[in-house]
Amino acid sequence: MIDPSTGEELLKKARKKGATEADLVMVESRSFDVRVRLGKLEQISQAEGKKLGLRLFFGKRTSISATSDFSAESLESLLSQTCDMARAAEEDPFSGLPPAEEMVKKIPDLDLDDPDLDLFKVEEKISIAKRTEEAALSFSPEIGNSEGAEFSHSRSHIWYMNSHGFHGDFPSASSSISVSPIAKRNGEMQRDYWFSYGRKHKKLDSPEAVGKRAAERALARLGARKIKTCEAPVIFDPEMAGGLLGTLFSAVAGSSLYRGASFLVGRLGSSVASSMVNITDDGTIPGGPGSRPFDGEGLPVSPHSVIENGVLVNYLLDSYSARKLNMKSTGNASRSIGDGPSAGCFNFFMKPGKPSSKEIISSVKSGLYLTETIGFGINLATGDYSRGAAGYWIENGALAYPVEEITIAGNLKDMLLNIEMVGSDLEMRSSISAPTIKISKMIIAGS
Amino acid sequence: MSKGSIKPAKFFVDRYGLETGKLAETMGRALGNRVDYMDLYCEYRINDAISLEEGIVKKGNRNISQGVGVRANSEEKTGFAYSDEISLRQIESAAGTAKWITESGVSAGRVPVGISRSRIKDLYPLSSPVSEISFGERVTLLQKMDRIARAYDSRIKKVMVSFSSEHKIIYILTSDGNEVEDIQPLTRLNITCIAEDGTERQVGTFGGGGREGFSKFTDGNLFEVYAREAARQAIVNLGAEPSPAGTMDVVLGPGWPGILLHEAIGHGLEGDFNRKKTSAFSDRIGQKVASPLCTIVDDGTIKGRRGSLNIDDEGTETQRTVLIEKGVLKGYLQDKLNARLMKMAPTGNGRRESFAHIPMPRMTNTYMLPGPHKKEEIISSVKRGLYAVSFGGGQVDITNGKFVFSTSEAYLIENGKVGRPVKGATLIGNGPDVLTRVSMVADDLELDSGVGTCGKDGQSVPVGVGLPTIRIDGLTVGGSSI
Repeated sequence: MIDPSTGEELLKKARKKGATEADLVMVESRSFDVRVRLGKLEQISQAEGKKLGLRLFFGKRTSISATSDFSAESLESLLSQTCDMARAAEEDPFSGLPPAEEMVKKIPDLDLDDPDLDLFKVEEKISIAKRTEEAALSFSPEIGNSEGAEFSHSRSHIWYMNSHGFHGDFPSASSSISVSPIAKRNGEMQRDYWFSYGRKHKKLDSPEAVGKRAAERALARLGARKIKTCEAPVIFDPEMAGGLLGTLFSAVAGSSLYRGASFLVGRLGSSVASSMVNITDDGTIPGGPGSRPFDGEGLPVSPHSVIENGVLVNYLLDSYSARKLNMKSTGNASRSIGDGPSAGCFNFFMKPGKPSSKEIISSVKSGLYLTETIGFGINLATGDYSRGAAGYWIENGALAYPVEEITIAGNLKDMLLNIEMVGSDLEMRSSISAPTIKISKMIIAGS
Repeated sequence: MSKGSIKPAKFFVDRYGLETGKLAETMGRALGNRVDYMDLYCEYRINDAISLEEGIVKKGNRNISQGVGVRANSEEKTGFAYSDEISLRQIESAAGTAKWITESGVSAGRVPVGISRSRIKDLYPLSSPVSEISFGERVTLLQKMDRIARAYDSRIKKVMVSFSSEHKIIYILTSDGNEVEDIQPLTRLNITCIAEDGTERQVGTFGGGGREGFSKFTDGNLFEVYAREAARQAIVNLGAEPSPAGTMDVVLGPGWPGILLHEAIGHGLEGDFNRKKTSAFSDRIGQKVASPLCTIVDDGTIKGRRGSLNIDDEGTETQRTVLIEKGVLKGYLQDKLNARLMKMAPTGNGRRESFAHIPMPRMTNTYMLPGPHKKEEIISSVKRGLYAVSFGGGQVDITNGKFVFSTSEAYLIENGKVGRPVKGATLIGNGPDVLTRVSMVADDLELDSGVGTCGKDGQSVPVGVGLPTIRIDGLTVGGSSI
């Protein structure tokens, strides 16, 4: 176990060496992962680790370092190197910690840990993975192969402390089940996957449900066709809508904004999406996949509405991007060990609407039901969006046949305004989540 | 040539007290009699990075990472444990976990841990470690590039430059009796420019690097080339029109567009997917999978390249592997596990992101050999098509073979002439199909400037790609205009 005084000592020494401000994060973690394939154990892996990240300010000059070597001698030498780097950096008038008085006063218990994990026997974990894969393989004779099923979990403890005297720490855990079955028919192969992820292993979907869903998804892709190039409505399934929301998060994140690298620069207060769209970031949900008791700079975490009835009402900021934009931090700093904080999201989700996914599909005469995108064709600065896609073609309100080797394209500005239905099927399966949405028109390129 | 620092084996003895004899003894004890293969991988790594933004170098980063990964294989099973504390005690405990998989294993015979040292080539001799480049020198270089890019055109409004270096020391001990070590330097210089004209905003990016020192960028004028190239691309894109959508003939420029080979072909030829028969190329060795103009190799032995290695992360010497020869599928890329299970030879492609990751078959530098045509005749052969000069990135679905990549610089070809720039074009196709559509290959093979990072199963490793100018008939182009 990490001794928290290691961090406190290091901060004190940093001040002695001339750092005007400093902060430090330490993480200790243990993780386990088991993979089975075609009913047999394939891989088992176990890890333990600890890391320390240090950030120093010499006036307005900054440096950052990280190490996994906690020996006193090594930390001493890293501290000297970090001091040297800071002295050689250039002054950045916007650098520094948030004010001392803004540090979180009482650290809430958000129920993020899962101590039961330690009681779990390896045999049981293998059995969970086996059951998941078996559920997929036995679902249909056409599920003929598999990339395997996995059960993994990790527990960690995070400490954050800074030269204001703030010291916070909390435990957290996560578990997941996943499987990638392969469906085969007449020489064609299609792979798909499904997963369940959460803070508590007991709250994951059952191995059987995960396996069955994965098999259904792989089977449904068999017999995919290309379609003619056209303009048509596109329905994003919840996974794909979540992906779109992830892109939207990047566009409202402080670092994209002050860099001028977002199509939402200067749009605060204006309508950027259809009036049906409501998006919130809330890191305070007990047991939430992205919840945090305080942010990466020790500031309190609170819920923020980002888009309200289509109007952009908030950006998500850490203290640096807030100072750059002449605004206030929203307590969204996310801190990785080896780098400084930048704005992140916690539980970022689109609020559900009224129609079921079925009703949304039945509203389309001819269009695409999107279940997969591949490639990186998004230009956040301009909003240009063009990605490889797969899904189902909708004819007269029902899924007619699978389609693949197509692309969908548009501009994020139009896509957000053209959201014409928001489904009721929101599930918080990961830290960014959305219900089914329908975009009235996009360019679909095929043959 | 000297590396300017001590040998890795001695480094790990001095720093952590790991003596070969003791390690071999520990491994031998852990092996028992039911393991086909076991290895341990010690790593010590220093990553440095600085970046310039808004005209100033705001911060320096240093990340020191160390650890040991212990792996055991029995049939197709892998047991793996790692720790970022490097000590005999941790290795012993990790080895205990790793062999958990052997409880039901069946292989026979005690595996001897003999100690023979491999002599290895040196593809990246440096006079001093990249971690010793002074912070001041790095800052000066970034400032120069910022000025050059801004001077290129007054519409260049924002410039971001970054330089990163990695000094990685590894030591591998394997149960098949090999002890190997390597010091692997890696540097990368990158610049991004944002150009603005009225309400329009476009991005241009260029960069490069390799297993070379800082002088690669500063001895000649390479840093100037990078800065002007990024600025030029941003300005070109300012005037670009939305890409048309539909099927058209596509000409790929030389160099980085070789990412097409990496995505469309390379991944599908990795041993793991083929052993599991989940690749669109499974069981197709000896079959025609490409036009006869196509010969494709993976070569980890090119001096100083980003994808090159003296040894892979299982201690196997890297090599040049012919994947496709005149259109016929010749070979797969193998690590030890998959080679053993497929009864093939390892090809030096067993790579891992770090001690905390399990090795897998991965590419090194993958490229197509030059062909008989001239670039000009290829362009002039196309009536209406797309000329793709540079790409942002790509991705592939191994199982159905579908790939996608996005252009970052592309032009329309009209009546045999390169015309207007277009933005937002996405190329999509099918791996096993696309190379059968290659109708012309030029004599101008180029390797990319050293920017590739390949992701697979959550692990990133540096790679290289290369391509001569080629023509592909009838590829689907996604764009926002019909």
